[in-house]
Amino acid sequence: MELRTDQALIAEWIEPGSRVLDLGCGDGTLMAFLQKNRNVTGYGVEIDETNIIQCLERGINVIQSDLDAGLSDFDEDSFDYVIMTQTLQAIRYPARLLNEMLRIGREGIVTFPNMGHWKCRLQIALQGMMPKSRTLPYEWYDTPNIHLCTLKDFERLCRKANIEILHYTTVDYAHRTSLGMRLLPNLLGEIAIYRFRRSGAPVRTEGDIQ
Amino acid sequence: MTADISPDSVGIVKPRVQHFAQSLQLESGSELPAFELIYETYGELNRDRSNAVLVCHALSGDHHVAGFHSPEDRKPGWWDNLIGPGKPVDTRRFFVVCPNNLGGCSGSTGPLTANPATGKPYGPDFPLVTVGDWVKSQALLADALDIRCWAVVIGGSLGGMQALQWAIDYPDRVKNAFVIAAASKLSTQNIAFNEVARQAIRSDPDFNNGHYYENGRKPALGLMLARMLGHITYLSDDVLDEKFGRELRHGKIRFGFEDEFQVESYLRYQGRSFVDRFDANSYLLITKVLDYFDPASAAGGNLAEAFKPAQANFYVISFSSDWRFAPPRSREIVRALLEADKNVSYVRIQSTQGHDSFLMPIPHYHQVVRTAMNRIAGTGGF
Repeated sequence: MELRTDQALIAEWIEPGSRVLDLGCGDGTLMAFLQKNRNVTGYGVEIDETNIIQCLERGINVIQSDLDAGLSDFDEDSFDYVIMTQTLQAIRYPARLLNEMLRIGREGIVTFPNMGHWKCRLQIALQGMMPKSRTLPYEWYDTPNIHLCTLKDFERLCRKANIEILHYTTVDYAHRTSLGMRLLPNLLGEIAIYRFRRSGAPVRTEGDIQ
Repeated sequence: MTADISPDSVGIVKPRVQHFAQSLQLESGSELPAFELIYETYGELNRDRSNAVLVCHALSGDHHVAGFHSPEDRKPGWWDNLIGPGKPVDTRRFFVVCPNNLGGCSGSTGPLTANPATGKPYGPDFPLVTVGDWVKSQALLADALDIRCWAVVIGGSLGGMQALQWAIDYPDRVKNAFVIAAASKLSTQNIAFNEVARQAIRSDPDFNNGHYYENGRKPALGLMLARMLGHITYLSDDVLDEKFGRELRHGKIRFGFEDEFQVESYLRYQGRSFVDRFDANSYLLITKVLDYFDPASAAGGNLAEAFKPAQANFYVISFSSDWRFAPPRSREIVRALLEADKNVSYVRIQSTQGHDSFLMPIPHYHQVVRTAMNRIAGTGGF
């Protein structure tokens, strides 16, 4: 089972034995890895039929659902982590979904393609056209990615939505990281990875403290 | 006509009857002094008796799930497309058991059976049973077959309800439950449809309060109407339109009440052939079983609470065109299972055939069942 580097980075953040919800879990690779190596329990949420078959093959719990329809099937504070890799940009109401993630989970983790990457900036500046890249190969009129943003955009939204960023990193298309990316993430990082929680939220939920 | 028995068929099968000498206490408070269940099995039970699958049938189903009773049979069992060697429920790996439920009319104790107190058929005096009673009787059959724990309990519609009840009532006897095209309880509209069906039967002049066996005439018209109504609700608007449209039998309107539209003669045919194979008292009873089903009621109306004891992995499957037990009804089950922290997967299959989709060989649907079953067999080591 090969994890993408962004998934491997996420896996390191997940405490063993925790409850995880993976939104847009794809073929279930990450959930299956976490179940096996981090002893987590939880569910993947996925809409694509082929992916669902692969999730079943891997033996993970998968719920077929459209993330745009919301997460009302999940109760408040029922997960330690709610993960969403490479999906935020395809969501109709990303701000609403980020809030939902923190309603049902203690922490959220997202990854998304960074529109602030220098190649994207150059394409707009020099060609005057919507950027296309290895991570964003679609034409503007035929893309599932309807809410593209930069690291800076994402962080602005988090401030506005009262979301505290706990950790972030960037990787390139091959999911490698580099010194440059660490110094100038919004310019050199192709894929952003964020871990966040509700601002001012206690480290553990109040129920745990009492 | 000789059936063409293909290599992926379970072939010629023979039902067996299990007699239970002990009495069965029913949820209603009544008691059956003794009873019989007729059932079929396919495949081989493995040495540690861990590969058994219980198939639960729906309203009009029976124990004849797969294969043929004789080479002359024109049709195989009702779920033959799902069960057989190499099929999604692979009988080379699994041992499949399917009983006819109590109160049915295919060989298990029911209204057609002689009441030991009178020597005459029970008829309308057969006690009303519940899904819980069925599950209890199936557990006794499992005991008789020396099956301690089902690898899988699977069913569609009312069959899916039995799978749910199994997981609740016998948590340590079900490893996996497939709940297909089901609901955790009937909606008001569902009950309303059932009531129309019952009234059709009960108002038939030949019904005779259910004591029609001695007349030599049965409430055929009433049962036919009930089936016609039911049949419409099992199909989708689209599939009816696709099959028949507004096609006329004689090419033009004749201004009369003969069956002019193709759909009319189709429904009449469906109704008539049902009368030949089903008993009206059984139909009445089983619609009541459906109406009464509500496992949440035992937990103060809280379905998640009702699921608390369950240990099974759940596979919940719905069909996009099913309006009798529509996908949101399956989502209610999934939601409660999530709330109860149970292992559950949910798939909504794109289909056009309405509630009956669960009986159809829809590729994605079968692939889902096949994948999950293979995984179960793989982890079970058989």
